[in-house]
Amino acid sequence: MTTFSDYMGGDHQRCDQLFADAEAAVEGGDWQKAGDAHRAFIDGMQHHFGMEEEVLFPAFEAASGSTMGPTAVMRHEHEQMRALFAEMDQALAQQRADDYLGASETLLILMQQHNAKEEQMLYPMSEQVLAAEQEELLQRMQARGE
Amino acid sequence: MNYTALSLSQTPPPSVPLPYFLLTPLFAATAALLLLLEGPQALATRWSPTMLALTHLMTIGVLGTTMLGALQQLVPVLVGVPLPAQRPVAWGLFLLWLAGSVLLISAMAAGWPTLLRFGGGALTLAVAVLTALVLRSVWRSSSRHATVRAMGLAVIGFAIAVTIALYLLLRFAGQLPLAHPLTTLHIGWASLGWLFLLLTGVAYQVVPMFQITPEYPAQLRRWLAPVMVLLLLLWSLQHWWPGFSLLGWSLAAGVALFALQTLRLQTKRRRRLNDVTLDFWRLAMISLLLAVVAWAAGQLFPSSPGLELALGLLFFVGFALSAVNGMLYKIVPFLIWLHLNNRLQQAGSWQGRVPNMKQVIPERPARRQFYLHLAALALLLVALYLPGMVLQAAAVVWLLSSLSLGWNLLQALRLYWRISANLREG
Repeated sequence: MTTFSDYMGGDHQRCDQLFADAEAAVEGGDWQKAGDAHRAFIDGMQHHFGMEEEVLFPAFEAASGSTMGPTAVMRHEHEQMRALFAEMDQALAQQRADDYLGASETLLILMQQHNAKEEQMLYPMSEQVLAAEQEELLQRMQARGE
Repeated sequence: MNYTALSLSQTPPPSVPLPYFLLTPLFAATAALLLLLEGPQALATRWSPTMLALTHLMTIGVLGTTMLGALQQLVPVLVGVPLPAQRPVAWGLFLLWLAGSVLLISAMAAGWPTLLRFGGGALTLAVAVLTALVLRSVWRSSSRHATVRAMGLAVIGFAIAVTIALYLLLRFAGQLPLAHPLTTLHIGWASLGWLFLLLTGVAYQVVPMFQITPEYPAQLRRWLAPVMVLLLLLWSLQHWWPGFSLLGWSLAAGVALFALQTLRLQTKRRRRLNDVTLDFWRLAMISLLLAVVAWAAGQLFPSSPGLELALGLLFFVGFALSAVNGMLYKIVPFLIWLHLNNRLQQAGSWQGRVPNMKQVIPERPARRQFYLHLAALALLLVALYLPGMVLQAAAVVWLLSSLSLGWNLLQALRLYWRISANLREG
């Protein structure tokens, strides 16, 4: 049976690859290609955030009876990451590779430690408190279009 | 388990780790300066007082100081449990550690038994407090992550190394017992039980994180640290029951395995940008492999003092210092970005622009410092066999490298202070 850790952890890896592609394209200096790679990465991230913010977190909050726990921290870090997406958008529009790569490096560390916390704590916790609903929730997450 | 009480946000304030990180390059610069002043006689034998002071400037000064700061930063985040009274503890430990290191190391260089005991006492107290705090957090944490386990074992290894040193100090009334057989145990536990295990635990986190590599194999993460500790315990028993020469070779194989595995993961990295931290870490792993080679050569050709010095140099400067130096270029800018960002949000504004990591410490000065560090290491290795002018040049380049690291970190901190002050004024 697929678990939150499998499915969402796999999606983290997919986003990591999109991230590496976007950075490589920006460093390579082909702005057309960089724009496409950047948008693919941002779409992937927003899709991932959507699955969590719209499906997984509300279910977790309902089951644990609080919106102030770990999900609040995760939502906060999503906002911090979105602010960095905006910086990267702007750097891309102005074709400033250094600004893009500075923002992306910052995003990388933030994103990786965020993913580690989800994979090591939040997803396993979700599998416990949401054991009965896991399958149905995963179907709802998968049903969200890209 | 109370899920809601478990906060995932345990980042301590910047005043907890940053003073330690700023002290790191100062200890390295002091080591370089000492080498410059003492000249070739420092390298005559590994048992010279200067060599003793140099070694401890590296271990206690550079690596111990960084570890103290990093553990107080990382443990709360990794295990999800804050350390008690973070700020007073951080500052108390900082002063105790600084005073202890300065006393102990100057006593070693100058041969003052009384100061040696005071310094040793202060450092022991600091280590005891740190060990208790870290083990308490690891114990309470629900996390059984490989990094947490390796860090817990590393702190125990550190405590064992310190205990042996303390015994030697008391037993010989503060006279330096340089070539005592127990000294070998002290060195074994300090280098492998403490520094090596600590850096493996850190590597499990940061190598995949910074370069997007695959994870270390689960079996390696699970077993390397406990097996190394077991081997070290058996190896220590040789002190009383000699005869297992294979143990040393097994320990060396464990070290080589980790270095090779790290280099292999780095070749599989998905992030292929030029990155100064990556270069520092590759240098660290190559040095670690060369250290194993130097150790093995020393076993086969026991009467070569140059090999012993090369082993120490490759392990402490080539491996441990390179890894720490590289990490500081990621950790310090990220922490500064994170805290500025949080402060800006508390001020209720997303408008102001927080400098990104590469604006906090730009790539170019960091890379210049990497080349200085690389040149210093190469010159130091050459100087083991051709002292004289080469040694002086090596010491000068090492001094420049250390000061340049310090300068880069200080510039980052000044940026942080400036923007924080602006935020306060609104």
